[in-house]
Amino acid sequence: MSTEQIQPAETFSPIFGRLTLDWIPYHEPILIGTFAGIAFGGLVVLVLMTYFRLWMPLWKNWVTSVDHKKIGIMYMVLGFIMLIRGFADALMMRAQQAMAAGGAEGYLPPHHFDQVFTAHGVIMIFFVAMVFVTGIMNYVMPLQIGARDVAFPFLNNFSFWMTVAGALLVNVSLFIGEFGRVGWLAFPPLSGPSFSTGPGMDYYLWSLQIAGVGTTLSGINLIATILKMRAPGMKLMDMPIFAWTTLITNVLIVVAFPVLTATLALLTLDRYLGFHFFTNDFGGNAMMYINLIWIWGHPEVYILIIPCFGVFSEIVSTFSGKPIFGYKTMVWATACIMILSFVVWLHHFFTMGSGANVNTFFGITTMIIAVPTGVKIFNWLFTMYKGKVRLEVPMLWTIGFLITFTIGGMTGVLLAVPPVDFQLHNTLFLIAHFHNVIIGGVVFAVYAAVTYWWPKAFGFRLSEKWGRRSFWFWFTGFYFAFMPLYALGLMGATRRVNMYPDAGWQPYFIVAAFGAFLILLGIVSTFINFYVSIMNRKALACGNDPWDARTLEWATQSPPAPYNFPQDITVRGREEFWRMKQEGFSWSTNYAPIHMPKGTATGVLLAAGALVFGFAMVWYIWWLALLSFLGMLVIGIGHTFNYNRDYYIPVDEVAATEAKGAMA
Amino acid sequence: MSPLDVTQPAPATGAGAAAGHDAHGGHHASPTPIGFWIYLMSDCIIFGALFATYAVLGYNYAGGPGPKDLFEPGFVAVETALLLFSSITFGLGMLQADKGRLNGTLMWLVVTGLLGAGFIAMEIYEFRHLIHIGAGPDRSAFLSAFFVLVGTHGLHVTGGLIWLITLVIQLRMHGLIGANMRRLGTLSMFWHFLDLVWIGVFSFVYLVRLI
Amino acid sequence: MSDHTQHASHGTMGRLMIGFALAAILTIIPFALVMGEVEMERTTLIGIIMGLGAVQIIVHLVYFLHVSGDSEEGWTLGSTLLAIIILFIVLAGSLWVMHNMNVNMMPMPDMDQMLNLQSQQG
Repeated sequence: MSTEQIQPAETFSPIFGRLTLDWIPYHEPILIGTFAGIAFGGLVVLVLMTYFRLWMPLWKNWVTSVDHKKIGIMYMVLGFIMLIRGFADALMMRAQQAMAAGGAEGYLPPHHFDQVFTAHGVIMIFFVAMVFVTGIMNYVMPLQIGARDVAFPFLNNFSFWMTVAGALLVNVSLFIGEFGRVGWLAFPPLSGPSFSTGPGMDYYLWSLQIAGVGTTLSGINLIATILKMRAPGMKLMDMPIFAWTTLITNVLIVVAFPVLTATLALLTLDRYLGFHFFTNDFGGNAMMYINLIWIWGHPEVYILIIPCFGVFSEIVSTFSGKPIFGYKTMVWATACIMILSFVVWLHHFFTMGSGANVNTFFGITTMIIAVPTGVKIFNWLFTMYKGKVRLEVPMLWTIGFLITFTIGGMTGVLLAVPPVDFQLHNTLFLIAHFHNVIIGGVVFAVYAAVTYWWPKAFGFRLSEKWGRRSFWFWFTGFYFAFMPLYALGLMGATRRVNMYPDAGWQPYFIVAAFGAFLILLGIVSTFINFYVSIMNRKALACGNDPWDARTLEWATQSPPAPYNFPQDITVRGREEFWRMKQEGFSWSTNYAPIHMPKGTATGVLLAAGALVFGFAMVWYIWWLALLSFLGMLVIGIGHTFNYNRDYYIPVDEVAATEAKGAMA
Repeated sequence: MSPLDVTQPAPATGAGAAAGHDAHGGHHASPTPIGFWIYLMSDCIIFGALFATYAVLGYNYAGGPGPKDLFEPGFVAVETALLLFSSITFGLGMLQADKGRLNGTLMWLVVTGLLGAGFIAMEIYEFRHLIHIGAGPDRSAFLSAFFVLVGTHGLHVTGGLIWLITLVIQLRMHGLIGANMRRLGTLSMFWHFLDLVWIGVFSFVYLVRLI
Repeated sequence: MSDHTQHASHGTMGRLMIGFALAAILTIIPFALVMGEVEMERTTLIGIIMGLGAVQIIVHLVYFLHVSGDSEEGWTLGSTLLAIIILFIVLAGSLWVMHNMNVNMMPMPDMDQMLNLQSQQG
């Protein structure tokens, strides 16, 4: 065994709390290398931005913007940055496990390995997958329902920056202190005060709590947008499927995330003030944490996947040249999933010992939830059936999804059988299963969505060649990386081990590492794609409706003007844009002033306060925590004294913008 | 296809007309009431998780004091009365606001605030007393669950008081303009919602455990 | 602006007073039952108190919060019902799951006795 790294001694000073120089990991070459790389890269960016005088435009047009399209794009940027971080963790784990067989120790000590798998899970779920789907919903949904912006534009900006603050706090832990060593859901008593003494667990709690505020508020915002801001005449049943899935996802966010907030708050009280919710003594019960966190956790996986179903519905319909098959069953299937996702949580802990009755109930509900999902798969297949299917890149991802997700879904049904679960609980089979559905579902959907809506957001397409390369690397890489894990899980390999005695497992781990390398190539291809396409943007430029699509977002300019649509569209039924195209529509030139919200710096300032507050709480720097909290209170209340929050875009400006769009 | 021309009036001038207006399409009603209601529902689920924790862990006394040693029904009755009266006074304030009477509104808001402050004072007294006699939240899982559930409600009321004070100032500054009416409406929802949660608290946390 | 489409009213004096009277009665009864130490079976008493609480919550929703099928095209009522369903799932589910776990995972008789002793002390 590698020597367990000894944590710096607990000390406390009134000024720096428990933060001492010993917590800077200057003795870890990997971290120092990373830090040097990021510092250098950051410096280059700073210099370039100053040189090209980009600070003010960045602040005015992006940071303080309340435009849902800009916020959506910023979410996507954040998602891709965090994907790099999360994927670096994945590569480290695959490399370690490919090496550490039969007594070999590999290169990561347990202390570090445990942080890596915790960070990987937390980052990939909260700061990659969640951020990506929120970004897509933010960008696309208001356009699809013919709205000018979301219901509460300022809140949208604030939500985004709170998510950034949470993400930053996770990354600060890399260089100041440590991260939790507890797994992505941080089960007590391991995560409690007795067994996780350092600041790592507190970084976990505060970063998720801060990001969670953003997520919940964004959920409320998007629901209110759909309920109140639809184009005149658009009934709920006229909305595109993606708007429906956005509605249902955000309902799930609004009812599920409060449970996470409460649960993490209880654990925080255990850790900071000696409460006894999840402790081993004084009547606490650690299993209550597991119960509560999964009441949030299972809806959470549907929060991730349901918008992806919406993305695929739009793409299948567009590239098959047909309306979606079974629109109503699609909506009802999604609604069923919403409710059912709340009654399956125990399947994450069949082995807890609640007995046969409880396990049977949750096993059966879990199997039932596969039914509406299956309905959707058939709907997509029937949409393609007898359609003129165009195998462009978004469609490629969709077909990859249909194959991969179905396999993942079926291994999920296997795990839903309690006796089987007793064998496979906590093994790599489970890891393979949920990567199967999350990569095959969410990641593929994000790639499909980025390729599909990129022309809308920027006015030019992505490179087809690099898009295909990215797909094939990801697709094959996924199978190489995770099929061996199914086999290993069946052989009894448990998750989260940094070394294993059985050298017979090593070939499987090496194949999995090779798969991770292929995925790396897929990610690299993506960034090359962005670069190449931006460089060739003149050649790749396309009109407002490059895919011959059917929903309203394609009716306006690419990229859309700040006000989205020059006039309100009166909707007469489903696929209004398709009907408009048949009728040969054009925008009227009779413009009116457009009422718009003003940008504000309050969101980013509040989030900065939250970041400082989180950091201060992690390190017990009480004065700073109090100061930043009061600062947030003052900024927040101060903001309510500003009654001057909107303006009108004058007619000639609208006319000029529209004329420019028509030229492009 | 003939997209409807936007039939919106020309830009209004003056702070009052467009003040704090979150929506921005001529035909849309303000999304604030339903948005705030959805927020309240999500808040309600936070309380739900805390109630569930109290339900599950509320019998784990760890050898420490239980409800019958600690809870005083008369005390809780007074707290309940304060909150219920504050709900009524807020309702009276809203009726005044609907009639456009600024002074009446302000007066009832101040009364509501005082009743709320009285409630908070009683709760602080109760918590201090419990901690003083060694029945603090670190004594047992039961007490942890009790302090967090009741304390979270108290924090909400405190937040409501801060909001109420802010709004009183803003009403004095701008009067009963549209933006302020909307804020008054949302605060009213918040305040009544807290009273509603308190029904759950006095029934489930206090009374049932005193039988 | 759109103020004319604001949710129209905040009730009337009459409704407010009806709500107040109902809420007061529904509060006084359970307190009286507990403070007067009424002789009744424990479970019945618990049922009455919880039932009255539930009724009072509905009274507040209707008379103070003006929840009805008409407001906001029924979305207020719809979201309230969804929240109630989720609350029920969280509460009843947690109790059921945790109770079964306690029963199954703590079968030792002396453990039970210990728990009983603790609760008697309490």
